[in-house]
Amino acid sequence: MASSVVVDFPKNFANALSNPQLRRNLRAAMDTLGMRRRAIFSDKDAFEALRAQGDAIRQRSLRQLPQLLEQLEKKCTENGIQVHWAETTTEASQICLSIIQSHHATRVIKGKSMVSEEMHLNHVLEEHGIEALETDLGEYIIQLDHETPSHIIVPAIHKNRDQIARLFHDKIPNTPYTEVVEELNAIARKVLREKFCAGEVGVSGVNFAVAETGTLCLVENEGNGRMCTTAPPVHIAVMGLEKVVERLTDVPPLLRLLTGSATGQLITTYFNMITSPRKSGEKDGPKEVHLVLLDNGRSKILADPELRQTLKCIRCGACLNHCPVYTRLGGHAYGYVYPGPIGSILTPQIEGLENAGAMASASTLCGACEEVCPVKIPITHILRRLRNESYSKTDSPNAVKGHGYKSNLAESLTWKGWALTNSAPWANVLNAKLLGLLGSQLTKLSKVELVKNWTQVRTMPKFASKSLHALAKEKGISDE
Amino acid sequence: MPTRPQKVYYFGTCLIDLCYPQAGMAGIELIQREGIEVIFPQQQSCCGQPAYNAGFPEETRKVARQQLKAFPHDYPIVVPSGSCGGMLKHHYPRLFANEPEAAEAQRFASRVIELTEFLVTVLDIKLEDRGQPIKVTWHSSCSALREMGVIEYSKSLIRQLQNVELIELQRERECCGFGGTFSVKQPDISSAMVSDKVSDIAQTGAARVLSGDCGCLMNIGGALEYRNIAIPAQHLAEFIWERTHG
Repeated sequence: MASSVVVDFPKNFANALSNPQLRRNLRAAMDTLGMRRRAIFSDKDAFEALRAQGDAIRQRSLRQLPQLLEQLEKKCTENGIQVHWAETTTEASQICLSIIQSHHATRVIKGKSMVSEEMHLNHVLEEHGIEALETDLGEYIIQLDHETPSHIIVPAIHKNRDQIARLFHDKIPNTPYTEVVEELNAIARKVLREKFCAGEVGVSGVNFAVAETGTLCLVENEGNGRMCTTAPPVHIAVMGLEKVVERLTDVPPLLRLLTGSATGQLITTYFNMITSPRKSGEKDGPKEVHLVLLDNGRSKILADPELRQTLKCIRCGACLNHCPVYTRLGGHAYGYVYPGPIGSILTPQIEGLENAGAMASASTLCGACEEVCPVKIPITHILRRLRNESYSKTDSPNAVKGHGYKSNLAESLTWKGWALTNSAPWANVLNAKLLGLLGSQLTKLSKVELVKNWTQVRTMPKFASKSLHALAKEKGISDE
Repeated sequence: MPTRPQKVYYFGTCLIDLCYPQAGMAGIELIQREGIEVIFPQQQSCCGQPAYNAGFPEETRKVARQQLKAFPHDYPIVVPSGSCGGMLKHHYPRLFANEPEAAEAQRFASRVIELTEFLVTVLDIKLEDRGQPIKVTWHSSCSALREMGVIEYSKSLIRQLQNVELIELQRERECCGFGGTFSVKQPDISSAMVSDKVSDIAQTGAARVLSGDCGCLMNIGGALEYRNIAIPAQHLAEFIWERTHG
């Protein structure tokens, strides 16, 4: 969704929560993914050692990102891959469009790519009469239903088998209704095979780009990624510029962390390493390979040592799978391309707090995401930082876009009142303490709304007739 | 086993102060019974977490400075909450990292210990159960679980009670949806989470749900009562004290 579109978070959240089918689908799917992950990382010490390694690799990459990107460009160019730089998503889409148009192509086949979602590439291509067909099964399903991905790894996870069966029957001509998984797979496979043969340009994402060799790594399970990057004569890879790593030896630990965290696999069925277009004498592979490097606010995020940690992300989706909020909402309710915990820290930084700041409040800070994050992103710290910057205007050049958008709300004032009562020893009276509990008067909510919100499903807390301060005094507990 | 101190400070937490003073007193009495002197500084107030999580670090520091002042001596600071304990132990050093009180906050944090961890690892407490047979279930607060890492200590205390049968939740590790101001800022999501938690509790057949954090207890207890499910939500310290004193 573009930043100009206003996302109605409360409405989205309420709609998602009142959809029992969605809740059931998500819960079942997240439970399965979580279980698989636990099975593969059953040795806790080994996992901790591996993720310390992953964290170190990603930190090292980000520390020297400008140099690594230059090196990547140089190596890719030497290898015959054409490198393009895009500051904005519009620029990135235009670059793709002009490459496609220069080949007079109208049929594009796509492997799964969240950056292409960020660019709204399909929409841009469609406007220019170019068909962009998603070939990842999940992406194909949601494209049939005119939806966006609800998860960064398993984009159609919000749908169950019956819903997919109905969709195929309704949308794919001459398709008898079936709920048999193998038959559904075969239906999609048949459609996609024909499209692979006819595709004139293939578009893919990139999981890691290796600076020292100029290699683009692509992780996938269906072989559609390999088809998109080898069958058409032109391959365009789109990538967020943070995805670069320094050395080829950095890839195995990250790959292990990615597949284990995402789907509980030791390795995916396909792992593509693309280092050049077809060389003379070779029988297959694209004749042209392009790499589009997208910034879209990432270099600004990089400048701040704390916020930079956001860019360590390898897009495994484990934080979504383990998030009690995501599990109940699904991805669409977040309204932007990246949902869940990682989306809630990344999106406000890219789109601005004034647009997406509310995402940072959709968390209990329970820390389940940090516990599973394979590169140790301090998600809860960054959420607090975003909450803080929502209220405070600052002169810092690293301030998050849209900082201070809530600065004149009553909430700021009332927290000041709370601080006063809780830092003054004489103010240990019940009424003052009440402030600290639920933020009665502390939020912009009126007392009536606050009580209404709390009592949706709960009775009101009962206040004790005597505080612990009073009881302790009465029982003669020393105050020293 | 760490050295047994003669005296400890007790940080009661604002929520216990306001709604659950009996749970707070139970913690004090459990420590006293082991021959340790408990000091309850009357100048203490709130750890500051509500403002900290809402995004108000400056206001948090004002309140946190008051706690730094209220616990001046080098005694352990025992906290009957994983959440407030986590704030004092793990977030104070961060909160004051660039402030004149940086070293003081570090020292303060190093003295903080959650109640059940203190009872188990420092006092090596032995409990004698005097209560009737009962089935209970246990809710792990997120901070006790992930920040403080004390859940095994808490549950080991329940297991010491001979007549108590612990029936575990299906999703013991899942957040109950309280999250402080989250519960009223995101009421729909919070309601969905606590409703699922309550269903999980109800399916255990337990007569009581225990936890080490009063935020969760207020949330879960309120939701149980709202649905007329007669399972009281109780702080572990109070439960243990009830069953072992007299």
